[in-house]
Amino acid sequence: MTVPLGAEGLAAGYGAHDAIAEITHMFAAGRVTALLGENGAGKSTLLKALAGIVPARRGTVRLGGRPLPGVPRREAARMLGYLPQGFEPLFPILARDLVLLGRTPWRTAFGAPSARDHLAVDAALTEMDAGMFAETDLGAMSGGERQRILLARVLAGEPEVLLLDEPAANLDPRHRFLVIDAMRRRAESGGAVVFSTHELDVASQGADDAVLLSGGRVLAAGPIADTLTESLLSDLFGVSACVTPGAGGRPLVSIGPARAR
Amino acid sequence: MNSRRPAWVWGVLLLGALLAALLASLLLGSVSIAPHDVLRALLGRGDAGTVSIVRELRLPRALLAVLVGGALALSGAALQALLGNPLADPYLLGVSGGAACGTLVGSLLGLGASAGMRAGIFDALALPFAAFLGALAAVLVVGIGASAGGRLDRGRLLLSGVVVNALASAILLFLLSFGDPSRTQTFVFWMLGSLAGATPGAVAALSVYVALSLALLLPLARAFDALTLGEETAATLGIRVETAKRTAYVAASLLAAAAVAYAGIIGFVGLLVPHAVRRVTRSHRALLLLSFLGGAVLLVVSDVVARSLFAPAEIAVGAITALLGAPAFLFLLRARP
Repeated sequence: MTVPLGAEGLAAGYGAHDAIAEITHMFAAGRVTALLGENGAGKSTLLKALAGIVPARRGTVRLGGRPLPGVPRREAARMLGYLPQGFEPLFPILARDLVLLGRTPWRTAFGAPSARDHLAVDAALTEMDAGMFAETDLGAMSGGERQRILLARVLAGEPEVLLLDEPAANLDPRHRFLVIDAMRRRAESGGAVVFSTHELDVASQGADDAVLLSGGRVLAAGPIADTLTESLLSDLFGVSACVTPGAGGRPLVSIGPARAR
Repeated sequence: MNSRRPAWVWGVLLLGALLAALLASLLLGSVSIAPHDVLRALLGRGDAGTVSIVRELRLPRALLAVLVGGALALSGAALQALLGNPLADPYLLGVSGGAACGTLVGSLLGLGASAGMRAGIFDALALPFAAFLGALAAVLVVGIGASAGGRLDRGRLLLSGVVVNALASAILLFLLSFGDPSRTQTFVFWMLGSLAGATPGAVAALSVYVALSLALLLPLARAFDALTLGEETAATLGIRVETAKRTAYVAASLLAAAAVAYAGIIGFVGLLVPHAVRRVTRSHRALLLLSFLGGAVLLVVSDVVARSLFAPAEIAVGAITALLGAPAFLFLLRARP
């Protein structure tokens, strides 16, 4: 089954200010989409609005063709997996217990985790190369190790739509590619993946499409061949950008010193 | 890797400890009664005086200790989950200040004044009710202060709790300057907490609050687990975050208000016990249940110590829980893994 996710004329924000506005984009099933933009461009707000955390002020989010507020809570929780940016555990918690929280939408109010739950948790830990941390307290981990556990928590819920806020943050090169592979696998099996990043190599290696956000609005959107271009990237970030063809038809992006826009 | 015993093993251990503590509580008292006479009296056999001492004085007192200790620890566990703050205790949200004001206003109005020499303020039903009303009023003010756009804000909840408690202290000082010194003394005793006011009625009333709160809180255990990830992420896992927070707020406040109304302000149980229980389980279902049992054990034992240390004189049980609790808490902090 494919569950496309769409925004139509979406605006959302905090206080009097719209953090994002006039966002219209279809996040297609089978595609990985990178959200790019400066700090404060609205990437996190867009992810939160798509996840239903921040309500739409205008416009709608559609999940599988239905307006998101109309999708039953548990059904939406099973379809959508959301990774927030930055996380400090409030209480000591073992990695395995935290990953198991990803199974919440599949579990009953009482009762122990099912064999299916344990399988999903183990698979997610393995996929994030974090099986060896399963019995470790989150507080005793490095930032990158913790990030892999948090990603495993999202994967354990087996969502068809992944909304990931800076999934590659704090990761070393090998594990960054582990995350890219995980996102690509979800897309290949028919899922829709949306992630934000500041690392252009993660976007160029991991994404099929990119949405460039500037001041809360879409500057450009489309396949990375059309969006990760020297002119658009230098407009977006105010740096000089150099894009060359790389392996597998994916562009190689390198950026230079800041320049006037 | 610490060897983790399953939660039910701890439950069985605590239940055993509770039964032993209860037995000790029933056997000890200012009148010495042989153990087998105590047991016979529990069943209603033996001479009428003994039966009356055991069934109307010792048993209600032991059961009140179970319920108050359990209620305070359960309230603390729920508030820590609600606020996402391991420092939260049942009195944080204005319950203690509100109850103290209610009690003092009640006694200044003359409630419980006819209760006689030894009885102090506890024998009157009116004063627990005044304390309960005061606690609920304070909790209500805190809740209003912490609501923003139909949401209960964790940070504001903490701050308005602190502010309301400070306001209550100011009102207390103001009222105390009018009060006569003999009343002040009973009030100070109440502030330290005591189980001397145990009656079958108090036990029955608290049982209702505890049962009601458990029924409200236990179905929320999964929500509390998910709230460890933060409110936003918990919402994406299908948790009704606002419902969970409001319910926890109401249940925790009811528990604390009811406990304070019948036993005064007994410190450290609500802070120490959930902390200790977190060392052996991270699941909130087990945390809530084990906290209740742990709080019950701690308070029954403290009450036995309070009664027997300088018998026949009785020390305020709140002083014992603090004397036991503060070092135990520091130990827990030091031994934190």
